[in-house]
Amino acid sequence: MENIILPNIPDLHKIDVYELHGGYKALRKALEMKPEEVTDEVKKSNLRGRGGACFPTGLKWTFMPKQTMKPKYLCVNGDESEPGTFKDRQIFEFNPHLLIEGTLIACYAMGIHTAYIYIRGEYGKWVKMMEKALADAYAKRYVGTQILGTGFSTEIVIHKGAGAYICGEESALMNSLEGERGYPRVKPPFPAQVGVWGCPTTINNVETISNVPHIINNGWEWYSKIGAPKHPGPILVGVSGHVNKPGVYEMPTGVPLLDIINKYAGGVIDGKSIKAVIPGGSSTPILRGDQLDGVCMDADSMKAAGSAVGTAGVIVMDEDTDLIQVLTRIAKFYYHESCGQCTPCREGTGWLWKIMKKFERSEARKEDIDLLLDIANNVEGNTICALGDAAAWPIQAMLRRFRDEFEKRVKPEIVRVETGAVA
Amino acid sequence: MLSQEKLQKIDELKKKYPTTKALVLPVLWMMQEELGHISTEAMKYVASLLSVPYSHIFGVVTFYTMYQSKPIGKHHVEVCTNISCLLRGSGKIVNHLEKRLGMKMGETSKDMKWTLSEVECMGSCGTAPMFCIGEEYHENLTTEKVDKILDGLK
Repeated sequence: MENIILPNIPDLHKIDVYELHGGYKALRKALEMKPEEVTDEVKKSNLRGRGGACFPTGLKWTFMPKQTMKPKYLCVNGDESEPGTFKDRQIFEFNPHLLIEGTLIACYAMGIHTAYIYIRGEYGKWVKMMEKALADAYAKRYVGTQILGTGFSTEIVIHKGAGAYICGEESALMNSLEGERGYPRVKPPFPAQVGVWGCPTTINNVETISNVPHIINNGWEWYSKIGAPKHPGPILVGVSGHVNKPGVYEMPTGVPLLDIINKYAGGVIDGKSIKAVIPGGSSTPILRGDQLDGVCMDADSMKAAGSAVGTAGVIVMDEDTDLIQVLTRIAKFYYHESCGQCTPCREGTGWLWKIMKKFERSEARKEDIDLLLDIANNVEGNTICALGDAAAWPIQAMLRRFRDEFEKRVKPEIVRVETGAVA
Repeated sequence: MLSQEKLQKIDELKKKYPTTKALVLPVLWMMQEELGHISTEAMKYVASLLSVPYSHIFGVVTFYTMYQSKPIGKHHVEVCTNISCLLRGSGKIVNHLEKRLGMKMGETSKDMKWTLSEVECMGSCGTAPMFCIGEEYHENLTTEKVDKILDGLK
C-alpha cells in the first residue's frame, strides 16, 4: 500500500501543498458530522495507540465526560524519547498539517477547545517547524475561533519540554505542562476524569492522532482492513542498529519482523546473522535471533512471542554484539531517567546498573545473576508509573533468553590452595 | 532580566494557559536563551515574575536535564551514547572528542569554548551515531566528519 502518514510528496509540510493533496478535507467532513459520529468512526476503525500501549483510541475518547462544567483538554504526546524511536520526528518535519488536522478532529469529537502539543525539548528544531505550520493553519482559519465558518472553536498550543524521558508518561506530561517537575500521578483517577489542571483530559500520541484524518476521509471499514485485523492501520517502524538501511518505514501492521529487517532495512550489515532484536524501543523485551520466525509487527503476534510492539522502534544486533554492554547501557538509561518519586524504582534502577557494570567488567559473582532478577522482580509492579516496569523488563527478558551471556561474565573463582597461601 | 520583547511574549503566553504556573517551562527557556544559563538570580527573577516560590523554580530547573544552572561553553556538544548509537560506534566518537578537545565528558573547557556532555537517546537512531550542538543535529558521524564540524566552529 502507498504511504499515507509519510507520503512521498515534496514540500508536503507547506500548507498549500498539503491542501492541494486533499489536506483539511477530513476536517471539513468531520465538522459536518455529529461529534459522536466522529468518535464512533474512530472506535469502529480499531485504531490503537501508537505510543506504546496499543490502547484502543476510540474507546479512550468515549471516557471523556459529555456533561461537564469544566473545560476539557487534549494533550498530544510528542515527547518521543524511548531509545530506538524516531518516528514522530518525521511527522513534525514532513507532515505537520496531518497532525494539526487530526488534533482538530479529535478536539471536535470530544468537545475540546484547547489542545497542547507537547514536544520534547531536544527537538527544538522540530518545535519551530511545528510552530510555523501552526501559524499557517491559524492564518487560514483552520485553527482558532469559528473554524471554517462553523460554530466550532479550538486553540492549539505547542509546548516545549526540557529534557526528561518520564514526561512521555501521560500523567508526568500533564504535571510538566502545569509547570511542575515531571512526576507521574497515581491512577485512578484517570485523566479523562481528573487530568491537566484537574479537568477531563485525553492524551494521544502524535502518530495516533495523525491516523485520524485518514479514518474520517476513507471510513472505518477501509481503515480496519489495513494490516492485522485486531491492530489495523499503517504503522511507522523505526529500524536502527546493525542494518544496511536504518530509517523510519511506513507499512501496514502485521509485517513479519524478518521482512522489516531484510526487505525494508536492507538486511544485516556484512550479511552477519542476527543475535538479538529489541522490537519496540528499549523497554520491550529482547528477542533471540533464532526465535524471530513468524513474529509480526502487531500487538497479538508480539505478545505471543513474549515481547511487545511498544513504539515500533526495532533495534537489530548482529552476532558480534556484546549484549551485556547493551543491557548495561539500558540499565544506565533507566537509572538516569527515574524521576525519583518511588523508592523501588529510584533505588532499584541504580542497583541494577551497578550490578550490570560488574558483569560488563567480568567481575560479577555467580549470585549476582539471581540478585539481578530479584531486584527486577521487586521493581516491577511496585511503582506509580510504568518506568519501573520498563526498567525491569529488559533485564528479565535478557536473563530468560541469554542467561549464558551472564554466566560467561562471572569472575572465575579464586582457587585456594590448602597451604595457607593464596595461589 | 528579560527584554521588553520577551516580557510581551510572556503576556501573550498567559492567555494560552489557565494558570501562570504553566509558564514556568517556557519562561525558563527564555531565560536560558537570553543568559546562556539559569543562575540563582535568574531563578529568583522567574519566581517573582510568575508568583511561584523560588524553591519550586529550583526544583524544576534541577529536574530537567536541558536547563543549565551553571555557565557552559559556547559550543555545547551533546553526544548520544544510547543503544542505537552505541551499536553504530558512538564509543569511537566519544573517544575522539575527548582526545581532540583534551577533556572528559561532562567537562567545560577553561576558555569556555566547549562543553562536552553524554546524553540519552535524541531520536536520531536511524542516523546514528550523532551529536547535537545547540539545536543542530549532526548525524551519521565519523571521526573525519567530527573534525570537519569542530574545525568549522569558531
